[in-house]
Parts: sequence; structure tokens; C-alpha cells
Amino acid sequence: MSGQTVERIYVFKRYERFWHWSQAVLIIFMMLTGFEIAGLYQNLGFQRAVELHTLAAWTLLVLWAFTIFWQFTTGEWRQYLPTLKRIDVIARYYAWDIFKGLPHPYRKTTLQKHNPLQRLAYLALLAMVSPIIWISGLLYLFYAYWPALGIDRWLKLEWVATAHLAGAFMMLVFFIVHVYLTTTGHSVFAHIKSMITGWEELHELHEEPEKPARRPR
Amino acid sequence: MRLLHRFARHAVALGWLLVVTGLAAAATADHSKFEALQGPFATGEDVTRACLSCHTEAARQVMGTRHWTWEYEHPQTGEKLGKKTMLNGFCIGDRSNEAFCNSCHVGYGWEDETFDFTNETKVDCLACHNTGDYVKARGLAGHPAYERTEYPPGSGKFYDPVDLVSVARKVGPTSRETCGSCHYYGGGGDGVKHGDLDSSLNDPHRDLDVHMASDGLNFTCSDCHQTDEHVVPGSRIQMTAADPHGPLLRGQQSDRNPATCQACHGDKPHRESFLHAERLNQHTNTLACQSCHIPSFARGGVPTKMGWDWSVAGRLDENGKPMILKDENGHTIYDSRKGSFVNGEHVVPVYQWFDGSVDYLQPDAVIEPDRGPVAINRFLGKPGDPDARIWPVKLFQGRQPYDTVHKTLLVPQVALPNDTAFWFNFDWPKALRAGADATGQPFSGEFDFVSTTMVWPITHMVAPKEQAVGCNECHRRDGRLAGVEGIYLPGQDANPLVRLLGLMAAFGALAGVLVHSAIRIVLHYRGKMS
Repeated sequence: MSGQTVERIYVFKRYERFWHWSQAVLIIFMMLTGFEIAGLYQNLGFQRAVELHTLAAWTLLVLWAFTIFWQFTTGEWRQYLPTLKRIDVIARYYAWDIFKGLPHPYRKTTLQKHNPLQRLAYLALLAMVSPIIWISGLLYLFYAYWPALGIDRWLKLEWVATAHLAGAFMMLVFFIVHVYLTTTGHSVFAHIKSMITGWEELHELHEEPEKPARRPR
Repeated sequence: MRLLHRFARHAVALGWLLVVTGLAAAATADHSKFEALQGPFATGEDVTRACLSCHTEAARQVMGTRHWTWEYEHPQTGEKLGKKTMLNGFCIGDRSNEAFCNSCHVGYGWEDETFDFTNETKVDCLACHNTGDYVKARGLAGHPAYERTEYPPGSGKFYDPVDLVSVARKVGPTSRETCGSCHYYGGGGDGVKHGDLDSSLNDPHRDLDVHMASDGLNFTCSDCHQTDEHVVPGSRIQMTAADPHGPLLRGQQSDRNPATCQACHGDKPHRESFLHAERLNQHTNTLACQSCHIPSFARGGVPTKMGWDWSVAGRLDENGKPMILKDENGHTIYDSRKGSFVNGEHVVPVYQWFDGSVDYLQPDAVIEPDRGPVAINRFLGKPGDPDARIWPVKLFQGRQPYDTVHKTLLVPQVALPNDTAFWFNFDWPKALRAGADATGQPFSGEFDFVSTTMVWPITHMVAPKEQAVGCNECHRRDGRLAGVEGIYLPGQDANPLVRLLGLMAAFGALAGVLVHSAIRIVLHYRGKMS
């Protein structure tokens, strides 16, 4: 995990970093308040937890409105298009090669900053976890309006709350793994640093992963 | 729309204020100047005749109400209810004790079944319309003492006579004191039965009752129990458990019960920020207002009886005299005449579904003493019924005599100074025989004591809104609503399987990354060393 810096590329633009970190804060906060609302522990008290959870949800929605706009105007949304190309190699890296100190087989570029495994993970987050959380969350939030909309005739609060909790646990698992994977850069804090500064340091050129050459020690 | 709502609310409040203040200020008659009220009056009936000389319909109106009949037939079940025959777990029953208990009857002279319920002069106007110094003495069957009277005879205790002329000249509207002179003392003492009605409401602080506060709105009972032609709305026997409507405007014609919270406040009274998304108003679809706004009962310094065990009554002190034992607060916990008591103050209610209908154990009902406590009454209502809400109740536990052969609850004669009543002889068989003779129930002579329960609705002692029950009191595990069926309560009812699987997944992920990082670290340093 060493090597010469051969290249610096500007991977994460200013808005993207702002989005990421404010979203990170909001999601952590919503997990804390949300798990309290679900009764897993007590801290703020139910009422405060609900109020702050709701406030954070609205904030996150506003943030997402801007972010969706940003994704489309910049074309960055393409970063999330899934690919299975060489995904086995990436998987093998995390399962095996990483322990041998081998470099990451994927080379970031400004056009393709997420490796295939990452893309799949983010797609799952976007296409499954997010909808579960948001749909159940908004239904939960607007429970008072169910009778007026006739929703209470076919939907039970219990189902909605259960789906929301399940989505929250998925998010928690994602969060744990995501945070851990930030430590797998060329140094423990390299990924976090680039998410703060926007600049990624590329330490070596991509090597053929099929026959990984042993690096001199 | 919202503005309109707010305007309507203020208009209603202003209307109330006018009604309330108007009652006191708008009287056009000074009763002290009435010729008919100059006396002299030998008896209460004489006063009633004087009242009726102007208020020609009043007696007939009163005679149509339960204040007079003490009888009520439940429109759905056909059950015969009302004090006349109903049993309870406190003083147990009226029959055979009429001369004592019926000091709270709005009439004169009901001491047995020969009482003439059609005699207008027997109606006691002063019971509700006196403004002080009128006492219907216990044991005199609804009469006040007309002369200095020793009661019980030979006891050396005396009732002072009531000055009927003075009382009659000072008649006025009902007050907390007049209503309370009976309703506070149900079950034989201050606060005994209800838990949300006791003498502390005569001069309540705002914290005790936000509507009746002497230094605040200063409501009388009749401000909510708006009485029309002497018919007082609002009764624990047939309640309005849900009233999903807006506020009644002054003058609005309506069949609704004017005593509900919603009659003034409407059923969606909370003004909420967008963070609450109408959540509190949505709660009114499930909960009675009282569930949140009466955090506990018996808050005024007067304890209520949460338990009463008749089976230990009759123990005498070393001199063979009846005794009274008190706890450190001076509240009676044992009385030879009555048994032992469990007192409660600031009691957190029990919560249950209630649609307004109450099922009472009928005097001839066969009980099953071996199958747990006998429910003397039950509140009806299933979860989710449109008429039902979750209500706060006082859950009372009694222990009282029953016939072990006929398996029926028994009414003892307790209160009359004779040779059968329990308080004067401490002889259960005699007291139960006298009671059975009065109720007409068969009595085998064999008796024992059985545990009983009663539920009482909690609806008075509404606290200021800032003291309402906090969300956290219910929205947590083992909160106030634990065990209430038919609701999903966030904070209490998270799906256990999802919780388990979710925590397993999260800890699994955590363990995974820890193992992964441990391997990385170990191999990294091993690599460095080699």
C-alpha cells in the first residue's frame, strides 16, 4: 500500500462532495432517530425523535431535488449505470487479493469513478432500498391523511412501519460496509480524503488483474 | 380554511364566556324578595310548594330524570340499570339502606319501596339549587334536619337544623358545590368511587382542572353538562365514547351530547406544525381526548379507593369497639364497619376500548367465583369500532359477599341504626338477610367473599395542555397502552422478526468487516516483517 503518486485526478466535484457529506450526516441522523422511533433504544424521547426525523426527511428530500437536477445537467447519472464487466475480478480483489496487498484492479477515471461492484451496490441502494424507505416513509409520515385518501381501507400502518424498518436495516448494513470500504484505498484514509478534497491520487497504473504481478517488497 | 377554523374556535370560546358570565349577571329576579319564599317552612316539601308556585313545570321535569328515578333501561341490552338496583364494589347496594343512601336523592322521604314517585312536592329543589347552608343529613331519607336531631339515636352526635327560609331565599343556579355534594361522595366518602370527582374540584387549581380552575375559566359542572328542562346530559351508564364531529356553535340545533370535549373543541382541535403532519388530530380517530389530557386521576389531594375488602370488616379493638386505622397521610386504610381500603392518588389510568355502553352484572346474575375476579361491570367496544375509542379508566378491585349456594352477589344492610345493619351489629348473616329481604333476591344463609372488579371512566380533572401525556408514555415498550389490542403502536410494536433479522444482518456486516480488516492488518504486518 504504497507507491509513487503518478497522477492526481479531480473525481468529486464541489456539489457532489457537498451532497455526499450532507446526505451522510442526514442518513446517520435519521438512522439514530429512526431506530429510536422503532423502539430499539431511547435517547431523545419519542416526540423529539419523530420531529427531528421528519425534519431530516424533508431536508433530505430538498437535497435530493437539487441532486437529481445536478445529476441530469452534468450527465453524472451515467456513473450509476450498472455493468458486470470484470465484476468477478473486483469481487476477487476484496475477497482475496486485498489481503496480499495487491492494488485495486479498477482504475478510477473522472468518467468512470465507480467500480462495477460499487455500481451494483449503488444501483441496489437506489432501486430497492431507497424506494422501500421513501415510499414507506412518506406513507408513514402522512398516516393522518390515509382516511381522506381511502388508503386506510387497504393498507395497515403495521405493514408500512415494518417495511420502513426493514429498509432502515438495509441502509444500516450498506452504511457499515460502505464506511469500511473507504479504508481500502491505497491508504486507510485515502478515499475519505478524496471525498473531502475531490482529488484522487492514482498511485500506479492499472495492472492486469488476471496475472497479478507480485510487487517488490 | 385554517383561518376560518381558528375564527370559529374563538367565536365558540367567546360564546361560552358570554354564557358563563351571563348566567351570573343576567338574573332578572332576586329570589330573596319573593313573597312565596318568606316562609315559614316546616319541611322541605313546603319549600318545594313555594318553588312550584312559580316554576310550575319544574317538578314534573325533574321526575322524568334519573336524578329522580334512579332507574335506567339500557336501550340496546334492555338491562335495568340505575342506582336503585345496581350493584357496585364499594358500598355494594342501595336497597335496605335507602334512608341513608338516599340523602343523595333529589327528593324527600324515600326510605323504602312505598315512596311515592308521583308526588311533586317530594321533589327537593334545594338539593341542587341551594347556595349554601343546606345539608341533606345522612339517615333522614333525603330530608334535612328540621330540628336538632341526634343521629344515630343515642350516639351523642347531633345534626343542626337547617334554616329553610334562609336557604330558600338564596336559591340560585347549580354549582360545583351542589353537584359535588353528592357526586364527589359516591360510595360513601370523598372521592371514593370515581377517582376524577372529589371535593378538591370545589376550588381547583389550573393544574387540577383547566376548565374549572377557580383562578381561570371557573367552569361549573353545568357549563359542560348543559341542562335542558332539568335533563342533565352525560352519564357513566350510557356514555358518548366517540364524538367525531366539529364544535357545536352556540344556538346550533343538535342531538349531540353537549358534555363531550368535542362539543366545544371539535374532534380535530390540535394546531400542529408540519413536523407533526396532523398526527395528533389523527390520534383522535383512535383515542378519547381524556386518554392524553388526563395524565392521572385523584390529583387534588383526595385519594380514591382503588380497592375495598369487605371480608375483613368487623374486627374490633381490644375494648370490643369498632376501630379506624389510618396510614401516614391520615387516609383510612381500615374501618371495622367497612373493611380495608387501598387508597390511590395521582393514579395512572388503565386504558381500554370503550364504545360508551356499559354492561352491569344484574343482581340476579349467577357468578363463577372460582374463575377469577367477578366483573361487576364491563365497558363494551371492540378495537376499531367507529363508536369506540381507547379510554382511560379507573380499575377498582373489591372483595364482597356472595351467596355460595345461589352464586349471586349479595347486598348487605349496613347503614341503618337497627339490629340487623352491619355497622351497628357486625353480624353478616343478619345484614345479608335484611339486604336480601329488600332486594327480593333469595339468600341461602351461606355466604363467602369474592373478588370483584369495576371500571370507571376517567373524564374529569382535565390537565392544562402542557401537562398532557407525552408521546413517550405510550410510544415505547411497556408504555401506558401495553396490552391494548387492535392498534399498531410505533415504538412499542416493531415487528420482532424484522428487528431480529435486521440486527443480525447489521451485526453480521459489522463482524464481516472486522474479520476482513483483521486479516488485512495481520497480513500487512506479516508482509512487512518478512
